[in-house]
Amino acid sequence: MDAGMILEWVIKSVVMVLMLTGGFAYVTLFERKVIARIQVRVGPNRAGPQGVLQPIADAVKLIFKEELTPAGADKKIFILAPLITVLPALTVLAVVPLGPPLNLFGRTVNLFLTDINVGVLYIIAITSISVYGITLAGWSSNNKYAMLGGLRATAQMISYELALGLAIVGPVILAGSMSLVDIVDAQRPMWFAVLQPAGFVLYFIASLAEVNRAPFDMPEAEQELTAGYHSEYSGMKFALFFMAEYIKMIAVATIGATLFLGGYLGPFVDRFPILGPLYLVAKVVVWLFVMVWVRSALPRIRYDRLMALGWKVLFPLGLVNVLVTALIVVLVGG
Amino acid sequence: MSIGVMLVYGLLGLIVVITALGMLTSRNAVYSALFLVLNFATVAVLYMTLGAPFIALAQVSVYAGAIMVLFLFVIMLLGAEHITQRSTGRGHRVLSVLVAVALLAEAVIYILFRGAGVEMAALPSLPPDFASPAAIGQLLFSQFLLPFEITAVILLSAVIGAIYLTRRERQAAARTAAAEQPAEKPVEEPAEKTPIY
Repeated sequence: MDAGMILEWVIKSVVMVLMLTGGFAYVTLFERKVIARIQVRVGPNRAGPQGVLQPIADAVKLIFKEELTPAGADKKIFILAPLITVLPALTVLAVVPLGPPLNLFGRTVNLFLTDINVGVLYIIAITSISVYGITLAGWSSNNKYAMLGGLRATAQMISYELALGLAIVGPVILAGSMSLVDIVDAQRPMWFAVLQPAGFVLYFIASLAEVNRAPFDMPEAEQELTAGYHSEYSGMKFALFFMAEYIKMIAVATIGATLFLGGYLGPFVDRFPILGPLYLVAKVVVWLFVMVWVRSALPRIRYDRLMALGWKVLFPLGLVNVLVTALIVVLVGG
Repeated sequence: MSIGVMLVYGLLGLIVVITALGMLTSRNAVYSALFLVLNFATVAVLYMTLGAPFIALAQVSVYAGAIMVLFLFVIMLLGAEHITQRSTGRGHRVLSVLVAVALLAEAVIYILFRGAGVEMAALPSLPPDFASPAAIGQLLFSQFLLPFEITAVILLSAVIGAIYLTRRERQAAARTAAAEQPAEKPVEEPAEKTPIY
């Protein structure tokens, strides 16, 4: 392990964190703009040309807001909860290849932080940790609405994690590997979305619920729970929850594009490796657009219906999908 | 053993011990649960350094991720954060100290009579597919098939048992509700079958 390698790791980690935080800022703008156009409005257009400086204005506003800690709150956990929510969101993409290996400055640079043979399991482990931040935020706020929002979020995320995990098993069986690099390589002949239509739909629905997006944004149902688990948070702590939600959106979109839409693969990517990341970004932007579109088009689902959907429809569907996929792979011979 | 390895293991061991003690001594059940989560996560890191990433990540997603969330859930729903004075009685504490001393003595005796002087054998170089998911799967479905199947049956029976218990409770609740207001609620109808709009 030479110094150059450590430097490369540090640079890649910093680039990834900056990319995600910068991406977060501009996904908020993207969402506001898209929803505005769908609702025949203009959206933010005052800060800078076409409103491109709006996220910076928002950030400055949030930094200078007063931070309140409610009386009777558990202070240590109240401060810790936003951090526990953000860190998994920032680290989950470490195993996702963002492009083919590049030749830079005379050394081959792999566009992923690490390629472990249990990459998919790493993603599942990290998402299961991210539940804690939300639960603890609800509990430590000493507010019944926040508490109920936190409990709802936890129950929802645990339920949909199962369907999500089963949806991911499909590509793993087809590629015969848990490494995301291998899964992307296995999609050279055909995207797994074509071979795994049920798994793809399952992943999309479950990922919406996993990141608490509409129509599954039960934990923050305004009419019932004010703002849910982050009712009592203000200023930068609120911004961290906000950030976690949008970074998680980017993360599930990137993972979904990698597992089902061929990742960085596309025409001419072997000849010009630099196209790889661009293809991936294009796929992620389309995925994010569909997520925003769904939010503006569909009403929120009632909570008991949400749980029934998760346990009685998506979970059995996922099991059947895994069974059928495994059977076909065994019969055809992989 | 190089200094770096020693440092890493020492640090991880220290965190494991501190979080375990924190779990035991913490007065707030939520804090106890969180200490236990940290303990599981650190043990997972230990597995990782020992070259078993599959076990490490399974540990995180199953124990730290799934099981402890349910513990936390129950603690919060019951409002049982603060331990009452009664539950940490004298006998309880004496017993735990005795067990701890016995375990510690066992470790010390082992090191004194077996470990001391014996140079630790160098690890054999691991095969490239050591602890890979495929290798573990092969082992599970060939050499350890029987324990694997037994575990599966035990888990399945636990699931069925849980469903049966909640079902009986729900039917009883429905029956009492029906007894109070006979006209409004049908007896056999579980709660979630209420008509949707």
